Amino acid sequence: MTKPKKDTLVQTGEAVGIIAAQSIGEPGTQMTMRTFHYAGVAEQVPTGLPRLIEIVDARKTAKKPLMDIYLKHEYANNEEKARAFAESIEGLTLASVAYLEEDFATKKITITIDEEVAKEEGLQISEIVKIIKKLIANATQEKNVVTLKPRTSNLRSLRRLSNKLKALHVKGVPNISRAMILRGPKGFFVRTGGSNLAEVLKREEIDGPALYTNDIKEVEKTLGIEAARNAIVHEINQVLSLQGLDVDVRHLMLLADAMCASGSIKSIGRHGLSGEKAGILARAAFEETLKHLINASVRGEEDKLIGVTENIIIGQTIPVGTGLVRLVMKRTADKKKEAKEEKEE
Amino acid sequence: MLGEKKHIDHFLVPLHEILPKEEAEKVMVFYKSPLTAFPKINDSDPIVKQIGAQVGDMIKITRKDATCENVYYRVVYEK
Repeated sequence: MTKPKKDTLVQTGEAVGIIAAQSIGEPGTQMTMRTFHYAGVAEQVPTGLPRLIEIVDARKTAKKPLMDIYLKHEYANNEEKARAFAESIEGLTLASVAYLEEDFATKKITITIDEEVAKEEGLQISEIVKIIKKLIANATQEKNVVTLKPRTSNLRSLRRLSNKLKALHVKGVPNISRAMILRGPKGFFVRTGGSNLAEVLKREEIDGPALYTNDIKEVEKTLGIEAARNAIVHEINQVLSLQGLDVDVRHLMLLADAMCASGSIKSIGRHGLSGEKAGILARAAFEETLKHLINASVRGEEDKLIGVTENIIIGQTIPVGTGLVRLVMKRTADKKKEAKEEKEE
Repeated sequence: MLGEKKHIDHFLVPLHEILPKEEAEKVMVFYKSPLTAFPKINDSDPIVKQIGAQVGDMIKITRKDATCENVYYRVVYEK
């Protein structure tokens, strides 16, 4: 098995990066701007070119994160159990069960909990109050009305506290805004809007190894850089195949490897891979030419002319393909030859 | 022991193993590269923590790619 594998390996010195870039870029031009959306989730998940740019730019927050939670056998085949699970992870903020009011004169915040909504969600008022008190200890409760005062009494902190309270998480898993059950080939699974890998992985009902999220940054945080690399390949592949474009995975693997080589996800472009090239000329040739040239001349930097771009600029053979080969001579053999020639003379 | 999964089981996470020092030497000789030339992995990486790797360790990663099974090496770095 090893020989056929070795035969398919790429030749030393092949410019794989450029080939990968062109192989992804060319079909990218044909991508339709029309964005399809996943069936089932009311929120639109960006696909196509916008999504591709999002992945390659390594944005901190994905536009519309989503998760597919596959369940253990007993839950996957039981609609009621699956629905109960979906409801239990759906996150709820204080703003959706209560009405917040800021009183700027007395610098107080009054929270009126909507009893009916709370009941619908299966929440006790005392539970909610407990969660509020965990954040602000000096809250006073009167039936379903909670009043509290921020520690420092200026208007800015009042507003800040009220925003914090509105986003206060009272039920379910944080960051998950909605959860719905769908039927897949292996029974029911839950699709969520919003993503929280770490918390959902702790749950017992789920099929942990199959848990999927489209938030690459979160994969990096909870499952490590190697998982993030796999996620990048998976996501780009999905974007391309959804548009019916056929790009070899090896190009995507190379791209993902390049983005993850430093141990954390780096974007492609000015602030990422291209902006951190070692050669000054290579950086200057990409973007912000003057900035790089001026900075380099101020600091007296040196360019060793190792890369491809630098050598194109000065008109030398580029270190690609046969140009990669350098001549090395063994000095000892050289001396012997000289000695031999002297003898012959 | 090599070939044993000591970390989280997930379809995105490939097998991570700490390479013993002698093995790491062999890999460096094979690639004719110093330790600093290898791809990096942060010591804060969740999988690194789970297998208990230290800064300077080489980690062997057995990836199950769409093409075939590939072996990749990373060196643990301080973040």
